[in-house]
Amino acid sequence: MNAQEILAKLPYSKPFLFVDELLQIDENGSTGTYTFDKDLDFYKGHFKDAPVTPGVILTETMAQIGLVCLGIYLSQNTNSELKAHVMLTSTAMDFMKPVFPGEKVTVTAEKVYFRFKKLNCNVVMKNEAGEVVCKGNISGMVTTKMND
Amino acid sequence: MDREVLIAAIKEIAAPYTEDKTALDTINEDTDFIKDLKINSANLVDIVLDLEEKFGIEIDNDSMAKMLDVKSTVEVIEAKLAAHDRK
Repeated sequence: MNAQEILAKLPYSKPFLFVDELLQIDENGSTGTYTFDKDLDFYKGHFKDAPVTPGVILTETMAQIGLVCLGIYLSQNTNSELKAHVMLTSTAMDFMKPVFPGEKVTVTAEKVYFRFKKLNCNVVMKNEAGEVVCKGNISGMVTTKMND
Repeated sequence: MDREVLIAAIKEIAAPYTEDKTALDTINEDTDFIKDLKINSANLVDIVLDLEEKFGIEIDNDSMAKMLDVKSTVEVIEAKLAAHDRK
């Protein structure tokens, strides 16, 4: 399954799709990019007159590129008939630098384990200068049903 | 290995994943991980991975599917340890 096919299977749309490109994917990990549109609604309130990307949105971006794209890829390898969903189950993140409206980020995920339908990944997000803006560990259950 | 020892090991491994300390304190063969200890399926995977590491065994998908309560989990560990000893 190639990157375009995985992107087509993502269950998100604007304003909650945080993947632009999937640069690389294999059974051990994934790399993708996203550019934060300066007109995204949450910038109006986070913060008043000083827009900065919320940590939860950075976490979501890492989850979509790392956990969800990789989870769909891994599950389609074992059973291409079924539709895969990835339910987020835990995150542990460190935030090092702010991400401002309009910035492009690159997320790299490395699989720690994928066993009994649970996918655990280490994820790192870098800005265009190549600086690490946040990193952590994220996991989810790869299921065939939504809300299973 | 003695069942009491196995149950004590399961109790120690399950401890960080449950909020229900009363159910944990009274853990026994009939304790159900999901219903009694209120552990979700994602944390149940971690418990099984921790048990693999502690006992040096490998748990397959079919065995994992049975490991919903303490009794079945003890039985799976005993069977894996016995198979391991025969090798």
